[in-house]
Amino acid sequence: MSPVLRLFGKPWIWSWLAAFVVWFLTVTVSLGGGTLGLSQAALTFAAFSIIVGIGQMFVITLGPGNIDLSVPATMTLAGTVALKLMNVENGMILPGVLVAIVIGLVVGLCNYSLIKALRIPPIIATLSVSFIVQSAAIWTNRGLRIKPPSLLADFTTSNTFGIPNVAIVALLISIFAWFLLEKTIYGRWISAIGQSMPAARMAGIPVDGTRLVTYLFCAVLASVAGYLLACFSGGAALNMGSEYLLMSIAVVVIGGTAVAGGDSNVPGIWGASLFMFLVVSMLNTYGLGAGIRLIMTGLIIISVIMLAGGRRAGMR
Amino acid sequence: MNDVSKAVIAVDGAKVSFGAVKALDGVTLRVMPGECVGLVGHNGAGKSTIVSVINGGLTPHAGTVAGDGEQLERYGINAARARGVRCVFQELSLCPNLSIVENTRIMHRDLGGFGWRTRAAKIIATSLDTVFPGHGIDTSQTVGDLSIAERQMVEIAMAFSNAGTAPRLVILDEPTSSLDASLARQMLDHVRRFIAAGGSVIFISHILHEILETSDRIVVMKDGRVVAERQAQDFDHHGLVEAMGSVAKEDAGQHSSGGPSTAPVVLSHKTAGLPFTARAGEIIGLAGLAGHGQTELLLALHATHSGNWLPERDPRVTFVAGDRRLNGVFELWSILRNFSIASLGDLSRRGLILADEEEAKGADWKRRIEIRTPDMDNRILSLSGGNQQKVLFARALSTRAPIVLMDDPMRGVDVGTKQEVYTIIRDEAARGRTFIWYSTEMDEVRLCDRVYVFREGRIMAELAGDAVNEKNIIAASFEGVAA
Repeated sequence: MSPVLRLFGKPWIWSWLAAFVVWFLTVTVSLGGGTLGLSQAALTFAAFSIIVGIGQMFVITLGPGNIDLSVPATMTLAGTVALKLMNVENGMILPGVLVAIVIGLVVGLCNYSLIKALRIPPIIATLSVSFIVQSAAIWTNRGLRIKPPSLLADFTTSNTFGIPNVAIVALLISIFAWFLLEKTIYGRWISAIGQSMPAARMAGIPVDGTRLVTYLFCAVLASVAGYLLACFSGGAALNMGSEYLLMSIAVVVIGGTAVAGGDSNVPGIWGASLFMFLVVSMLNTYGLGAGIRLIMTGLIIISVIMLAGGRRAGMR
Repeated sequence: MNDVSKAVIAVDGAKVSFGAVKALDGVTLRVMPGECVGLVGHNGAGKSTIVSVINGGLTPHAGTVAGDGEQLERYGINAARARGVRCVFQELSLCPNLSIVENTRIMHRDLGGFGWRTRAAKIIATSLDTVFPGHGIDTSQTVGDLSIAERQMVEIAMAFSNAGTAPRLVILDEPTSSLDASLARQMLDHVRRFIAAGGSVIFISHILHEILETSDRIVVMKDGRVVAERQAQDFDHHGLVEAMGSVAKEDAGQHSSGGPSTAPVVLSHKTAGLPFTARAGEIIGLAGLAGHGQTELLLALHATHSGNWLPERDPRVTFVAGDRRLNGVFELWSILRNFSIASLGDLSRRGLILADEEEAKGADWKRRIEIRTPDMDNRILSLSGGNQQKVLFARALSTRAPIVLMDDPMRGVDVGTKQEVYTIIRDEAARGRTFIWYSTEMDEVRLCDRVYVFREGRIMAELAGDAVNEKNIIAASFEGVAA
């Protein structure tokens, strides 16, 4: 098999191709103007979906039925509580991060406790936890919009060597996630559990421990993303996580991770996240109305999944 | 005799290859009405592939398929079924989430219309009663709730059932692998009745005496070719083994006499019947009729001695699956990853997998247990069933766990490999490893130092040393010693 052909066998190549095509179409229409701006904006906004999407990907890898729907609420709660704690003081940045991470851990623990102790399917367990978490966010927030500390606000909105800082954070997290999946025992374990839970159990894998850690990891990534997003957008808002519910699942699926579990890949999340942002901005550039835009977004996503999915089935 | 015009199915010069592997290399096979053809050969000899060609699942890349004297150009699964070709697969193929009646409807396309449930229930119940008198299976049960032996029985009864299109050729691909001796006997008797009534059967099994006594003609396959084809009475046990090219010694398996009864007890478990104990270095057999609680005991032992929350440095037990689809292989993975998953703790440092050591260990075991593949990075599903089972064996034996639990692991493994594995088991036991071995084959049970006989979920008898023989085991599994 030639190198090029082998590249086309990779499940993540399709999301990258799609992202590139859309980027190219947008840039052509705007006649090269704002190419840098578009790319930077794409990287910035994609960074948040990447961080959330990686967590969701780990959970989906655990196999059929595993999904975390508490992601948006966790983002909101982490954002609000952290900003409130930091109270615009630069010295409180570190405690703010820690609080966000602790919130993630607590939400993850609640999720898995419900799944395991009460034997509720993950889709319902995480959804009900999400209601509690969202209500907690409403209760702490009380309609106040607290600004982030100035250092953090600057950090999240500026670039290093032309690359947005949040994209660099997302890259570091992605490298870490890739390393976990490919090089560690933990990565093998979640892939094994995703393929067959009974077989994983009989092979001596601590199934419950591994699943718990995965739900914790997903919730922590969601709260880190919420923290960064709140700082980036100049304050936490109660609806700031809502678009990330569909987004976190869509980037996993478009990115070529097996929905049935057991097989995940990190590069695809990047291609898919960039693609999701670029589609919207392309349709904006073409000056289409909001309704048409949403319909087009849906159709484009479906066609990318069909193309990528069909290809993969043939490769098997 | 070998007249194409009379044959129910005649395959001529069939060639099939999967990538670089030649699964069939010009096979010619005829099946006459009223004849049982035995098909034997090693794992990967091409038996399952020729079956797929006959039942229409595979189109040969070269060669022809003819039925009743006419060339069949567009031959597929539906065409095969319409001609009365039925198949019982080595891998059980019923839908586990549906009831037996609903599965019957799926098998028989002509069963549609109002009242199909009643008709389907009648058809399958009649067939079960004919093949396995006194089976005690309720046809409204969900297939997933049945034991593996019951599932196999339903599948066999399904193949012999008649709903419009009468079965003419039934292919039995290792049908007795999950059945105990008395059920296997019932099935073989039915095969003879079916043959006497003019039906045809292709019978694949690794249990040679079944083949010898049931078949009219025996075809021996090796590496995708037919290497011998004779009337059954011209073969004997030894001749068959020789024709398959197996170098295994006959009767290598006698249990080590006496046994180390003074070794320390490594495992004890309370059960509904007699208490269960195991000593270091013992090979303990779990016998009795299939599905009478042996697998449940193994699962309970595994659950109580392995952690579900924290990773363990020194695992106490390891498990070899018998139902490899359910709790054995990881289908998306390569052979190497399937092999190494249980011993990753030894192949890593601080949670990081050492790829070189993993590969070296994989190569070592590939040699030791002769896994037939050009590359351990190939997908596990590229292997034949028996070779997948070898990988599961290697997975368990390569761990450091002192206790190995085996859930009827020799299903679908050829004679030569079995002998190799028996040798490995004896060597490991001599070094102090304990084996707890559930088997449906009497030859394997006789290899054990001590045997627990099960009946209805309880341990009814314990046999040791010279008391481990077929007569005692059958006596205990049918009557129970306590009675």
